[in-house]
Amino acid sequence: MGNRTAIYDAHAEQGARIVDFGGWDMPLHYGSQIEEHHAVRTDAGMFDVSHMTVVDVQGADATAFLHRLIANNVDKLKTPGKALYTCMLNEDGGVIDDLIVYFLSKTEYRMVVNAATREKDLAWLEAQAAGFDLQVSERPDLSMIAVQGPNARDKAAACLAEEDRETALSLEPFVAAPIKDLFVARTGYTGEDGWEIIVPESQAEDLWRAFADAGIRPCGLGARDTLRLEAGMNLYGSDMDESTTPLESGLGWTVAWEPEDRRFTGRDRLEAQRKEGVPRRLVGLLLEDRGVLRSHQKVFVDGIGAGEVTSGTFSPTLGRSIGLARVPAGVGDEVTVDVRGRSLMARVVRPPFVRHGKARV
Amino acid sequence: MSNVPGDLKYTKSHEWVRSEDDGSITVGITDHAQSALGDLVFVEPPEAGSEVSSGDACAVVESVKAASDVYSPVSGKVAASNDALADSPELVNQDPYGDGWIMRVQANDPAELESLMDAAAYEATLED
Repeated sequence: MGNRTAIYDAHAEQGARIVDFGGWDMPLHYGSQIEEHHAVRTDAGMFDVSHMTVVDVQGADATAFLHRLIANNVDKLKTPGKALYTCMLNEDGGVIDDLIVYFLSKTEYRMVVNAATREKDLAWLEAQAAGFDLQVSERPDLSMIAVQGPNARDKAAACLAEEDRETALSLEPFVAAPIKDLFVARTGYTGEDGWEIIVPESQAEDLWRAFADAGIRPCGLGARDTLRLEAGMNLYGSDMDESTTPLESGLGWTVAWEPEDRRFTGRDRLEAQRKEGVPRRLVGLLLEDRGVLRSHQKVFVDGIGAGEVTSGTFSPTLGRSIGLARVPAGVGDEVTVDVRGRSLMARVVRPPFVRHGKARV
Repeated sequence: MSNVPGDLKYTKSHEWVRSEDDGSITVGITDHAQSALGDLVFVEPPEAGSEVSSGDACAVVESVKAASDVYSPVSGKVAASNDALADSPELVNQDPYGDGWIMRVQANDPAELESLMDAAAYEATLED
């Protein structure tokens, strides 16, 4: 038996098929992954993401610490609650993890990092914090529920106390606010509108059940993966890891080069790579033929070389297969992919594949 | 719990087999198999008229999650394949023993069917 979130009993009652995910017993689906996927694209779905790790960084040096720790720049965050997506790099510019950091004040930030990387992340944070005046505190007492979809915010707001609804509904995209015991963020991993709600463990199951009663469909990790891939969002460990830089992972936009004197960890390597030319890039693939792209399938770029599918799936919204692939930088408009021994054509596209319920490719 | 009809024969690799009145057999994948695979998105049955060999891969069922081979329970000639699955692979999820059948085979040696498991034996393998 793995770790269980505070919502586990509700999942079991709701018919979840449970799988191991990074040491956690998590719902894969509750009957039909595809129906859950469509619920998020067209109405409202929710995910238990309590396995993710919440870390608070507090202290006089919190901002200086983050200037060093992450490739994006927290100075972009001017108003309390504003969120930033970024990578945390090692000295070689490899991605230790990707994370979201919320700005609360110059001395207080909240980060959400991946579950599967929890231990190495916490060890890295502790090591990097040496010499800074601050505290790094993991928050295992907190659970997290993501409600996503065009109707998700309205349905979820109806479950909040009446006096809190307006505050929640007035949150701008990529902004969070504490609302009583909750921390509500207008962020997500699906390409749809919605909230990620951090909630004390003791209240998580009640909130989940209230959302279900309000018509928000429970969704498992299966739908979470097809949704994020349609949205063109990377998955740590599949699309990037410590052997790849953000520049090779479609994440150049998350690197804040200015000001030049902000020497974040990994910066030297990224600067060298930028100067020499990045040898590989992460692109979107749309399979022209019948079949399904899967991670580790070989991708051939005519006359240049080969690469690999890093994430692949059947896209329920597009009705065909999509994927992300790391390929030689000189890639053109088309590649061939070895799909179970067959050589199939795929078109190179710029993610996202789907956004706000609509096809973008 | 999976549905394991008592009047069918089964393989270890989760195919079911029904003997038809005309001497042919119908083959599909079990309820347990479809449930483990999750929502199917592609099914490639063998072409009618092609030869299949006992224990060899003869069809592919691909779910959102993964692709799996379907193994022929007997050697013989494919009498028919379920064309409806090209447009509606979800039939295998919805009705694995009915509309979700995969192929009909004329077995070279009907005695081959004797070596397949009955429902009780197959059910026992699911409990391991």
